[in-house]
Amino acid sequence: MAATALPRTRGHARPSARRPLGIVPTGVLVLGAIYTLFPVSWVVVAATKSKAELFSTSTFAPGTGLLSNLADLFAYRDGVFWLWLLNTVLYAGGGAVLSTAVSTISGYTLAKYSFPGRGLIFNLLIGGILVPSVVLAIPQYLLFSKAGLADTYWSVLLPQILHPYSIYLARIYSQAAIPGSLLEAGRLDGAGEWRLFRQVALPLLTPGMATIFLFQFVAIWNNFLLPFIMLGDDHRFPLTVGLYTLLAAGANQPSLYNLIITGTMLSLIPLIALFLTMQRYWRTDLSGGAVKS
Amino acid sequence: MRVNRLAVAAVAILATALSTACSGGSDEPSGQAASQSAAPAGPVKLTYWTWVPNMDKIVTAWNQAHPDIQVTVSKQAGGDDAAAKFLTAAKAGNPPDLVQAEYQMLPSFVAADAVADLKAETAQAKAEFSAGIWGLVTLGTDAVYAVPQDSGPMMLYYRKDLFAKYGIEVPKTWDEYAEAARAVHRKDPKVFLGTFSSKDPGWFAGLSQQAGAQWWSISGDAWKVAVNDEATKKVASYWGGLVKEGVIDGMPYFTPEWNKALNDGRLLTWPSAVWGPGVLSSNAPKAKGKWAIAPLPQWNAGENHSGFWGGSSTAVAAKSPNKAAAAKFATWLNTDPQALGLLIKEGAVYPASTKGAALMTEAPDYFSNQPDFWKQAADIGATARGFTFGPNVGVTYNAYKDAFDKAVAAKSDFAAAVQSMQDATVADMQKSGFTLAQ
Repeated sequence: MAATALPRTRGHARPSARRPLGIVPTGVLVLGAIYTLFPVSWVVVAATKSKAELFSTSTFAPGTGLLSNLADLFAYRDGVFWLWLLNTVLYAGGGAVLSTAVSTISGYTLAKYSFPGRGLIFNLLIGGILVPSVVLAIPQYLLFSKAGLADTYWSVLLPQILHPYSIYLARIYSQAAIPGSLLEAGRLDGAGEWRLFRQVALPLLTPGMATIFLFQFVAIWNNFLLPFIMLGDDHRFPLTVGLYTLLAAGANQPSLYNLIITGTMLSLIPLIALFLTMQRYWRTDLSGGAVKS
Repeated sequence: MRVNRLAVAAVAILATALSTACSGGSDEPSGQAASQSAAPAGPVKLTYWTWVPNMDKIVTAWNQAHPDIQVTVSKQAGGDDAAAKFLTAAKAGNPPDLVQAEYQMLPSFVAADAVADLKAETAQAKAEFSAGIWGLVTLGTDAVYAVPQDSGPMMLYYRKDLFAKYGIEVPKTWDEYAEAARAVHRKDPKVFLGTFSSKDPGWFAGLSQQAGAQWWSISGDAWKVAVNDEATKKVASYWGGLVKEGVIDGMPYFTPEWNKALNDGRLLTWPSAVWGPGVLSSNAPKAKGKWAIAPLPQWNAGENHSGFWGGSSTAVAAKSPNKAAAAKFATWLNTDPQALGLLIKEGAVYPASTKGAALMTEAPDYFSNQPDFWKQAADIGATARGFTFGPNVGVTYNAYKDAFDKAVAAKSDFAAAVQSMQDATVADMQKSGFTLAQ
């Protein structure tokens, strides 16, 4: 995000460069951008190095091995990389869509309806935010084993659907973006609650939903521990766990560093593409309001 | 009311999803029940967790010859994580039928009742292995907990060209090794004869085995823990002294900086195991043909000992419903000539079986300058001695990393680090309820 925000900030800052304070936020953002882009650029450069070049040439000197790395990676175990990529897309895409749906409905309900126990549920959710999901992975594994669901696609999808922070986000966003008067007007016009949600609330919630979707997509895409514990069958592995099997290949096998780095670089591309294409949903935020509060 | 209906609908959808998932993914989780009733009808299905490269190809050979026992390989990340994952799966009740078990991890599997006793099924396989290696899977008891797969006798890898350049001889004793370390470092302060790795407890265990250490032993029902025995303290103090002197480096193995030092010719030796060529060819490709092997330096001139670093076995899960079939496969994999040939060729494994070691004839490409590589390796392998591993090697190994990290950084007393390994091991075993002999 820092990367995409940078050019715009710079563009705004130029015309009013005379203001002494104007340079400070830009400077901070530039530093942040360098901080986040540095490792990424290392991955990109290192992916071009062949096995022999990886540890012997200087860090940011591009190598000559990109094509052979790609070919090796795609040939590794008959192209298992593509399967892992597909799995990751399924986990991250499916998980993020379901999680966004659940979070939006829950957040909207918590924000716009008052019912007994609302405060309790919300406080429980806030408590849930404080429990890191890492801590839950093993108990979840034991539970899923009891249910006979361990080592299935569901074992990775289900635990990531309910995400307290996303619900919290959806509630805050619903409160701010949907004026109560708009719903009231809809009710007076005879719309049912379901229709209100679908036709009045949902369009207003889109930017918030895009945010939740992105958060969850990235979180699941990068998640390692949960699939590592849940999955035994390597044909269900996501990229994170799959590439790890290349790294920890046992004491007597060399780590396939160049394949791991190339795989990491490739797995960054969908994330970057997603951020670039989803940006426009944030802009609709500005034109989204229908009533003046 | 509408909201309530919505909630009911959501719950219903979730429930349907769950039940379809149950029926969809039933082959593994409910396999226990299914295969017991279905075993006579269809082929027995076994799952196998391993990290040997190309194991799927080796298993294909088995599957073609044995239509009634079909094995599916699931390639895992190797090392300590794999052991932890297997123990968790065994505890949860859905382990794989077969699992690759490193020798040092086998006792913890046994202590957790996670692996089956294969004594009856492996009666004939016993003759295929040397007594020392067989001891690693029996743990000195009457039971047999796994079939040995590969072993890692230790030897000294050294840069032949750079030894000539700096004018040093291949050290025969550790005293000579220390002298050589001083000589090399004097000639070029950027160059080291070797490095002490605080990240590789298995390496240190192997060196201690060479010196005659016995970290664990069983007497009756009680465990005896002697991580701080004289042999181990001798090894630790030796390396500690050299690190303190500054003539041996303190960077860990298998790190990018280590790779770089190997490539730049700033590290001249690596006391390592027989699987070293794979690592060197991948991490230091530029030095191909420049390395050679020799027996480890000895503690006393004229002695001939080595230790083991690494090596693993094939174990059968105690909860597997098809133990007999799994044991049959494990025996085939590690003793059948066809399987051994495939393990060597496809899996780059140094087989533990005597027959398998004899199959190794062509020197590794990286060591093409040393055509008798495997002959030397076999001679050295015959001198290697191991020890019984305890049920909490993970704790001991972690204590090694913690204590020696600090000791190397501070160049402080290495024997004290060994003492803290001992203390951590004993404390953990007491906490876990093992009886300890004094």
